Amino acid sequence: MNELLEFISNNLELIYILILAIFIGVELIKNVPSVLHTPLMSGANALSGVVIVGALLVMLQADPNDYLALGLGFIAVVLGIINVVGGFAVTDRMLQMFKKKK
Amino acid sequence: MSITLSIIYLISTVTFVIGLKMLGHPETAKKGNIISAVGMIAAIIGTIFLHDFEVASINYILIGAALFVGSLIGWLIAMKVEMTKMPELVSLFNGFGGASAMLIGLVEYGNNTGDAMQTSTVIAAIIIGSITFTGSLVAFGKLNGSLNDVRLPKYNLINNILILGLIAFGAYIVMMGADSTLLIYVLLAVSLVYGLLFVFPIGGADMPVVISLLNSLTGIAAAITGILYGNMVMLVGGILVGSAGLILTFIMCDAMNRSLSNVIFGAFGGDSDAIAGTAGTSASGGTIKKTTASDSAILLNYASKVVIVPGYGLAVAQAQHVIHELELLLTEKGIDVSYAIHPVAGRMPGHMNVLLAESNVDYDKLIEMDDINPQFPNTDVVLVVGANDVVNPAAHNDPSSPIYGMPILDVENSKHIIVNKRTMNAGYAGIQNELFFNTKTSMLFGDAKSALTELVSELKNM
Repeated sequence: MNELLEFISNNLELIYILILAIFIGVELIKNVPSVLHTPLMSGANALSGVVIVGALLVMLQADPNDYLALGLGFIAVVLGIINVVGGFAVTDRMLQMFKKKK
Repeated sequence: MSITLSIIYLISTVTFVIGLKMLGHPETAKKGNIISAVGMIAAIIGTIFLHDFEVASINYILIGAALFVGSLIGWLIAMKVEMTKMPELVSLFNGFGGASAMLIGLVEYGNNTGDAMQTSTVIAAIIIGSITFTGSLVAFGKLNGSLNDVRLPKYNLINNILILGLIAFGAYIVMMGADSTLLIYVLLAVSLVYGLLFVFPIGGADMPVVISLLNSLTGIAAAITGILYGNMVMLVGGILVGSAGLILTFIMCDAMNRSLSNVIFGAFGGDSDAIAGTAGTSASGGTIKKTTASDSAILLNYASKVVIVPGYGLAVAQAQHVIHELELLLTEKGIDVSYAIHPVAGRMPGHMNVLLAESNVDYDKLIEMDDINPQFPNTDVVLVVGANDVVNPAAHNDPSSPIYGMPILDVENSKHIIVNKRTMNAGYAGIQNELFFNTKTSMLFGDAKSALTELVSELKNM
């Protein structure tokens, strides 16, 4: 119990950010018309590619002789950037179609 | 971390929030997507150039190579993919994001100092990342048609034991002080297997919900790695996706009148015993009435209000362009034409809208379920193309039906219904449809594209 309280008091800022971000996410999406659900999902999908920042940190911090860390980091960066580039590009392509062509 | 980099992360975070907000409105969506993308690029470039580690040049070369290869692959996939394959694509990208988080977790486990907080985040990243990874691959395979529903006996019990075991095992590793490489590989293996078992039993008709749930999990995995590095842009970006995905999941469940636990543990769809009455008679003994393209054309020609109900079958037959041609032709004749879009039409939320937009259908013509339902009694002809479960009256009047209670398009209230289907086979959810035996219904059998093309040429000759 004490450990839990200590954890909370040490990470209070983090907890605030976490809770507020959850609410922002919910509020942003709540009233989106169903026309946009697919682009929204693929756009959100691209955002989750932000995990690439972590993959980059792995590679930046890896010892050049630590082949395991470099190798895993390499794959993580490749997968992450596919998610980012592919996600944003396909969302853009989809939204292009929604433009009114008159 | 340099102050410049912190400021870049802050700006990126703000672009994510603004971008996501703008994605929610048809006029601003495109710009919103670009704003988020710019924020993301800034965060990536900032991370590479503004850190304060000692980095060997070989690392830089490898990073450059990884970014180049990945960008190229991502770009090519995004440009080549067919819009009917969007659900598969989103699943695949989800899996990649999850795998990335999993790999980060694995590397950081090796670097950890035994701090309980740090170890728990590493373990959470590995568990959630791997579940998302294999779960998404299974979802991809199912959407693709290459994997069928597989249910082990007592799969719910097995899955529940497995997930509880995973959590307990993770907690044990944290308390042990985390220095066993073997344990972490066991944890990894069990998580990967759980991802498979978790999605395998879920029926095809529930895939829209599963994709959105996995999308949410990828976000959570990213957020957890953000906590690991104390990196705010990852934390906030991940949580935004996580909560947005969860809300979409609940919207989808609502649209099908199912609870999330029912989707995950209920696993209906594709049961062989549900596919009954594939011959010409229904359970209640009704018969079906076949029609021809010319008869249907006459019916449409003398209508004053026509509603088209497109389903995934339309997209599979690549008939989006023909249906648009039909719509223009009828509009020219002074007939009021609109499209009725069920919230779960297609294979993912909003999928049908994308498919029709691709063939230049004006989105003012796409009417959502709640707005179109009151219009059906005034509708002369409803043309159902490749849709099935979303117009199945069993949802209203058969309490034993697996889709009982799901809101549907009430097409049976209109004056005539023409249903285009290839065969009498049951729909994606694997259940028979009484609508086809309704006396007001005529069945126009055949591939959607050729049937509609014939319909268009008949109409042109009138």
